[in-house]
Amino acid sequence: MTVAMGRADTPLPADVDVAVIGGGIMGLGLAYHLALLSGGKARPPLSIAVIERSYLVSGASGRNGGGVRMQWGDAGNVRLMMESIELCKDLAQQLGINLWFRQGGYLFLARSEAGERRLERNVQLHAEVGAPTRLLTAAEARAIVPQLEVAEVRLATFNPDDGVVFPWAFVWGYAARAVERGVTLRTHTSVVRVEPLARGYALHLHTGEVVRARRVVNATGAWSGALNRQLGIDLPNRPHRHEILSSEPLKPFLDPLVVDLTTGLYFSQSTRGELVTGISLPDAPDGSDESLTLHSSLRFLTHLSATLTRLMPITAAMKVLRQWVGPYDVSPDGDAIVGPSPGHPDFVQVCGFTGHGFMMAPAVGRLLARWLGLGEAHPMLARWSPDRFAAGGVARREDMIIG
Amino acid sequence: MTARTFVCRCEDVTLTEIERAIAAGLSDVEEIKRYTGLGTGPCQGKECLSALGRLLVARGLISPAALRPFTARPPVEPVTFGALAAGATEVPEDPSP
Repeated sequence: MTVAMGRADTPLPADVDVAVIGGGIMGLGLAYHLALLSGGKARPPLSIAVIERSYLVSGASGRNGGGVRMQWGDAGNVRLMMESIELCKDLAQQLGINLWFRQGGYLFLARSEAGERRLERNVQLHAEVGAPTRLLTAAEARAIVPQLEVAEVRLATFNPDDGVVFPWAFVWGYAARAVERGVTLRTHTSVVRVEPLARGYALHLHTGEVVRARRVVNATGAWSGALNRQLGIDLPNRPHRHEILSSEPLKPFLDPLVVDLTTGLYFSQSTRGELVTGISLPDAPDGSDESLTLHSSLRFLTHLSATLTRLMPITAAMKVLRQWVGPYDVSPDGDAIVGPSPGHPDFVQVCGFTGHGFMMAPAVGRLLARWLGLGEAHPMLARWSPDRFAAGGVARREDMIIG
Repeated sequence: MTARTFVCRCEDVTLTEIERAIAAGLSDVEEIKRYTGLGTGPCQGKECLSALGRLLVARGLISPAALRPFTARPPVEPVTFGALAAGATEVPEDPSP
């Protein structure tokens, strides 16, 4: 059965319990899990609407590389991603879609002494948490990816459970199942004004419609600042432009997603056969990387190609097919910004995932729904609190941000 | 027309799949591209995009005047990483920890 979803003319109720602004993977994953709870333990059933300014998959959820890894620099993130990867195993059945989920592992390469120390520290931490990451010599890394030029590689780590997905299908799956369970999904509709009420908020839409919501979730990621500023909510997450490309499709030849810590280069082969690759690019001098304009650059293509062909010379003969841009929603400490907003407890942030929201979304959608629907706590929620910035100073900074 | 009419030959997208996308409420070339994969292969939509546009207009889902192609992705035609690497001006090294 085909479920109608994502229409510009879906009727919106005048009053809802939860209005989610932003139809990306965070907003839709949360709506799906809330709707699942709503039929069961959450009493009474919740009315939920998701409002998306453009089409589904138009933002960062449709523009990322699809990497899913548990190799992080701190125990909370490792545990969260172990949960997310576990969920991915059954998600295709649950959502009724092909996720193109392939667990070929993540291979991290260190070419400096500092990188070597990071990997050693990670492996020790992962062992404590129970993630199956192991240290490899350069020769062992080459046994996994024979085409690698490893002369400069000092140390590597490999986790066989890490993998890749194809992002588009994921988002459509959450959308279809959410709608099936009663979530109202309206696309091509912007929220132009958020008006605080005695209880909840009135969302004024560009169509002239008004939706009153008991609670509002800001799941607009890199675009969240404009909505927050309307309510005087001052949070430090900022958009940052990231470029990525894919090659012509080839027969499967590359198992893991490879990351070079020194250059921030990463590449993987998608289940569709394309090489999907990006790199940390030094900021353009004109400041355009902080804007939300999504234009591609030749500078990215040449910089990435020079780095990639040095690390994997065989790629010199491969062809680039298409390049595009997506925004990271960068939080100053690399941790997400999730929870009640300062001064606006019923305006909930689900933002600041710093380029790694997609891989975390399966776990985040579920834990957020349990918190919003059942009041259930989760250790990451304390850490992600939007209030932490006002308390002055940031305790730690995640150093395994890639791209 | 049969169920095996291919609209996008690069990504094997059939007319039936596009019909399914339209039945799901999708009517914009950008969203149909992301729902079916149409136009994301080697020809980058040069062959299939006009067929999709014509179908949407014929169904009354969009007016010819409002119809726009999806965002063109560089490069215009496939280019090797080797050729692009030769054009690099900066030394690709960043001694991040």
